[in-house]
Amino acid sequence: MTLHDLYLLSPELSLASLGMVVIILDMVLRRKGVLAAVSVVGLLAPLAFSISLWGDLSGEPDGQMVGIFNTLVVDKFSLFFKFLVMGIVALVVMSSVEYVSRLRQFQGEYYGLMLFSASGMMLLAATTDLISTYVALELTTLPLVALAAFLRDSRSTEAGIKFLLLSAMSSAVLLYGMTLTYGFTGTTQLVEIFERLGASLDATVPFGSHALFLGVIMIVAGFGFKIAAVPFQMWVPDVYEGAPTPITAYLSVASKAAGFAIILRVFYIGFGEISLDWAALFAVLSAVSMTVGNLVAIAQKNIKRMLAYSTIAHAGFLMVGVASIAARVPVGETTLGPSGVLFYLVAYAVTNLAAFFAIIAISNRTGSDMISSFAGMGRRAPFLAIILAFAIVSLLGIPPTAGFMGKLYMFSAAMKSDLAWLVVVGVVNSAISAYYYLKVIRVMYMVDPEGEEKIHVAYAPQAALYITALGILALGIFPGPLMTVAEKAVAVLFR
Amino acid sequence: MLPLDIAFWVMAAVGVATALAVVMEKDIFRAALFLVVSFLVVAGIFVLLNAEFLAMVQVLVYVGAISILIIFAIMLTRNAHEGNPFNSFQLPALVLSTMMLAAIAFVAVNTEWHDWDQLGLQVLPGDSGEVFSATEQGIKNVFGNTTQVIARLLMRDFVLPMEAASVVLLAAVIGALALVRENEGEA
Repeated sequence: MTLHDLYLLSPELSLASLGMVVIILDMVLRRKGVLAAVSVVGLLAPLAFSISLWGDLSGEPDGQMVGIFNTLVVDKFSLFFKFLVMGIVALVVMSSVEYVSRLRQFQGEYYGLMLFSASGMMLLAATTDLISTYVALELTTLPLVALAAFLRDSRSTEAGIKFLLLSAMSSAVLLYGMTLTYGFTGTTQLVEIFERLGASLDATVPFGSHALFLGVIMIVAGFGFKIAAVPFQMWVPDVYEGAPTPITAYLSVASKAAGFAIILRVFYIGFGEISLDWAALFAVLSAVSMTVGNLVAIAQKNIKRMLAYSTIAHAGFLMVGVASIAARVPVGETTLGPSGVLFYLVAYAVTNLAAFFAIIAISNRTGSDMISSFAGMGRRAPFLAIILAFAIVSLLGIPPTAGFMGKLYMFSAAMKSDLAWLVVVGVVNSAISAYYYLKVIRVMYMVDPEGEEKIHVAYAPQAALYITALGILALGIFPGPLMTVAEKAVAVLFR
Repeated sequence: MLPLDIAFWVMAAVGVATALAVVMEKDIFRAALFLVVSFLVVAGIFVLLNAEFLAMVQVLVYVGAISILIIFAIMLTRNAHEGNPFNSFQLPALVLSTMMLAAIAFVAVNTEWHDWDQLGLQVLPGDSGEVFSATEQGIKNVFGNTTQVIARLLMRDFVLPMEAASVVLLAAVIGALALVRENEGEA
């Protein structure tokens, strides 16, 4: 370890330290409102380090800096996800202020665990070695398990226990897959795995070898759990319903982003030689996730459960981009699949956060998560209702929103990769999703309210709502700049 | 048959039998005791693989610490005498685990495993001996002194995940403390 290694790791280090600072401040300070402010302002440290690292990259010939015995890499891909995770954390902390003030104790732990989890996500996007990947994954998940059970009522405890057991199970499956890969290649380094696979594959067997066949399927299952893809989605509805709503929002966007970061890195770099095989696997999972998520969402009466199934469907849309691999693309446009995934992740993050923030603000007052309790919100809370409606329009994928541009990039990547059938499945699913998404808008505007009391929102959550709503609109009208950055970020996957 | 082979098969059989007993045993306390035996047998298999350090850690951590923790947890649980609840998933679980076993056995037998030299590790200097094939030499170097190699791997090559694991533990401790807090009549 040299000083330079520490510099490469500085965003993660400063973020984890920030978590500890917040927890210690909680013990010292009497006014707990400061904690949220410290968490948001403190993010400037990892942000500054990340910007500085991004600047340093321009001096590197191959666009990356490798450190700590080849277990950590700083490139535009990992920095892209660092910025995304920091943005999500800042917004979720801002929206939590009112929610958390109900807890008399352990507010510092609430923010601290969120920051620990975020440092795990940042590390996850920057690992180039399977062992580090696994530890980063646990660092991402374990704090979230504690946060899911944070309310300690029966729903929340059930969410925590289910999340803990199923994530332990998925970790076991993932580790089994990794050991099979290690057994076959003799290394845990993604770049070396790629090199050794090139020399040792048997073209007559799917995935080039029986061990890899089973290993890759198990790795997909392990990561599939994190991104909530069918058939590894059993935990999603219960955890989303039981967890504190800001944590549900965080879980739905941040852990999905981190999951896709590591999927793209492991499969595009480590298993690049057998991309045709795993791309077919992802295409099938994508179609199944979209269909199951959307069909089950129709029957939901609780808005958090409905969004849980919608999350599963969106994991399906995102996997369209993973399946649109370079090997299937004739010429040019090779980066459209993965860069589309990056764009979609940002678009989905602002959209889903806007929806959840509006729901948090409304159900803080009504005390209910049922869709029927949103009746008449168009009159009781016009500002919240319009943002929620706008977020839903974006989830549905209607212009001029971020969600529309995301789906557009995703489907055009699939068309260029000769996956027309997947595009058809996606479009049909978008139509199905209109049914349950628009139901919420109808309840808000066409049904008479239960009470007349207006709903007011504190400043911090209001600011978070404005930022996300602006994000939806900006990405819907000017997608170009973000797409350019996304294309630069995925360049490291194609070498 | 070599004595080592006999030792392996005895331990393998005991290991599988006790592992099955852990799952099938209705009395949860006896299941925990079978788990101790199963951990011990795994330690024995590590010894056969020349991984003495790992075997020692297995005994210290799993047999020593984790088993005691599990037994304590059982003794402190009020409804422990009700035992392992039997449920309707027994048959599907059996089918699934048999399929899994078949898949792994098939893969283990049919894969052309490659002998990667030195198991991907650098050869340690100062360990000379008879000349074997490169792979055997690598294995000999690695397992000739496992403690040294593990120390090197943990504190040098994989220092990042090791340090990250300490943050995981910190987060787990903080999370656990926050979850066992006293109820103070929150709104």
